Amino acid sequence: MRNENEQEKLTPEDFERVTIDAHHSERIEKPSLSFWQDAWLGLRKNKAAIVSMVVLLLVILMALIGPHLNGHAGDTQNLRHANLPPKIPGIEATGFFDGDGKLAGKKVDLYEMKKVDEYYWFGTDGLGRDLFTRLWEGTRVSLFIAFVAAAIDMVIGVAYGGISGYFGGRTDDIMQRIVEILIGIPTLIVVILMIMIMDPGITAIIVAITITGWIGMSRIVRAQTLKYKSQEFVLASRTLGAKDGKIITKHLLPNMLGIIIINTMFTIPNAIFFEAFLSFIGIGLQPPAASLGTLINDGYKVMENQPYVLLFPAIVISVLMIAFNLIGDGLRDALDPKMKD
Amino acid sequence: MSENLIEVRNLKQYFNAGKSTEVRAIDDISFAIKRGETFGLVGESGCGKSTTGRTMIRLYDATAGQVLYNGVDVHAPKSKKENHALNRKMQMIFQDPYASLNPRMKVLDIIAEGLDIHGLVKGKTERKQRVIDLLETVGLNREHAERYPHEFSGGQRQRIGIARALAVDPEFIIADEPISALDVSIQAQVVNLLKELQEEKGLTYLFIAHDLSMVKYISDRIGVMYFGKLVEMAPADELYRNPMHAYTKSLLSAIPLPDPIYERSRVRHPYNPKDHQYGSDEKVEFREVAPEHFVLCSEKEFAEMQAARV
Repeated sequence: MRNENEQEKLTPEDFERVTIDAHHSERIEKPSLSFWQDAWLGLRKNKAAIVSMVVLLLVILMALIGPHLNGHAGDTQNLRHANLPPKIPGIEATGFFDGDGKLAGKKVDLYEMKKVDEYYWFGTDGLGRDLFTRLWEGTRVSLFIAFVAAAIDMVIGVAYGGISGYFGGRTDDIMQRIVEILIGIPTLIVVILMIMIMDPGITAIIVAITITGWIGMSRIVRAQTLKYKSQEFVLASRTLGAKDGKIITKHLLPNMLGIIIINTMFTIPNAIFFEAFLSFIGIGLQPPAASLGTLINDGYKVMENQPYVLLFPAIVISVLMIAFNLIGDGLRDALDPKMKD
Repeated sequence: MSENLIEVRNLKQYFNAGKSTEVRAIDDISFAIKRGETFGLVGESGCGKSTTGRTMIRLYDATAGQVLYNGVDVHAPKSKKENHALNRKMQMIFQDPYASLNPRMKVLDIIAEGLDIHGLVKGKTERKQRVIDLLETVGLNREHAERYPHEFSGGQRQRIGIARALAVDPEFIIADEPISALDVSIQAQVVNLLKELQEEKGLTYLFIAHDLSMVKYISDRIGVMYFGKLVEMAPADELYRNPMHAYTKSLLSAIPLPDPIYERSRVRHPYNPKDHQYGSDEKVEFREVAPEHFVLCSEKEFAEMQAARV
């Protein structure tokens, strides 16, 4: 009853007319973010990817400046200084990296015994070469091979897949049959044949990796092109009279860039691994050139007596592989949320 | 008013022609659209409505037949300049507002794409001003120019699509199911916008849809398609008042009304193409049964329909 009484007291003056401003309802409050800004926000939240990026930058930095840090050259042989264990100034007092090694089962300071005054931070190999310098030189070579191979893979793969997908029809048929033939041949056979005709070295390995490496990228790009070329925004562009080149550069490539980057991020560690594998089985780089693969191969031979020869390159290659994969993973989540499992 | 802007003559569009997988998406259809009118095209999914629109604007090359725009055959080989001019006159609005805008481009660049291709503006300030004008024409704000498509709702996106089509000052717009992906409340918004624009700029529309009540609302004349063929064509009111082809009757019997008494008594007429029982020697043609009212029928049916009219 009270409610009714109160309602009766309301007069028209108690009401105020509220109008909706159509202009207002169309407003968007959220700040405008481009695709890349949005992706960066996503990537920033991924701690593993950020840590990996920092670690990767450190490794790249070391690969660039590491060989010049301790004054030893990577290819100077000094048999008097052969097989020295790691010795680092400052840390030696703690008992680690103090130059102690085992000789006939007993622990002795090999540096003192051989009367070596210099420090070899990561020790030396059987020819007396400084392993620290060689490690970073090897890392540099491995990274170089990986980046170049990934870049070539990307260029060939994007071009091949793009042409095949965009023009379609008979062009696509022929190009895809060629790919199928290429993929039918075991990669290792192609690589061994390539290395037999070419001089072993960085170029030969890059050619060997790229000769079949672009196929994965081309297939992804072809699938993406097929997907996007029939999208309505591409049709709209065509009804406006846009030329093929414009459609490819303004509509197709920007939309595929995320996936291309992700795929490249996964190609790089594969290339590092493949190069290491080739060097390890002995058809990769030839001495005295160093790469992570050849260093691991050297270390593996003396694993029991001088484990440090194997240890450091193994750590570096593992860190590289993990870092690249985590960055790739983070990028995939940030750039292409739909691809998440 | 009686001048035909667009004339479609015996248009055919076969996919995989000559193979076992041949699809006759459009099978010999003819119609004309007068300047300033809205021609509605209805039919069930997959009957060739969208293909008709896309073939008319040359997204597909026609298998046979002609599309005459102002007397010029659209599909005939032309010089670059003529092609360019034609691209400006004919534009299209797409069905899916989520797929029709490039997610990597700002609204400014999306709308200005046509301006850039045809070199309609000089300098950045003029370009931006033109885009803002267009945005305001379709009821959006100038601030929207700097945003990306994913920040907009479906209705807003569709209006951006309309602004993009309007940018090149077209005379003829093919609206390929522009409202079927939208919420009902937004549908009216977009349809009313299209109507206003038509009055303002004297546009001619080909309105493709499957929502019959909406088509009736916007169209002056309606064509009904079934399996790649135009089965009936008449002025909108005439078609709804007096459907002659069995398929049209079936379609109209399927329209629900928010009226429970009517709904309870509504009888749906299923359509079976075999009911016609055309003989092998009968010529099934598009015939004018009443003035301006065309039906796909045989000689015998034609006589029956004429008799029923009188």
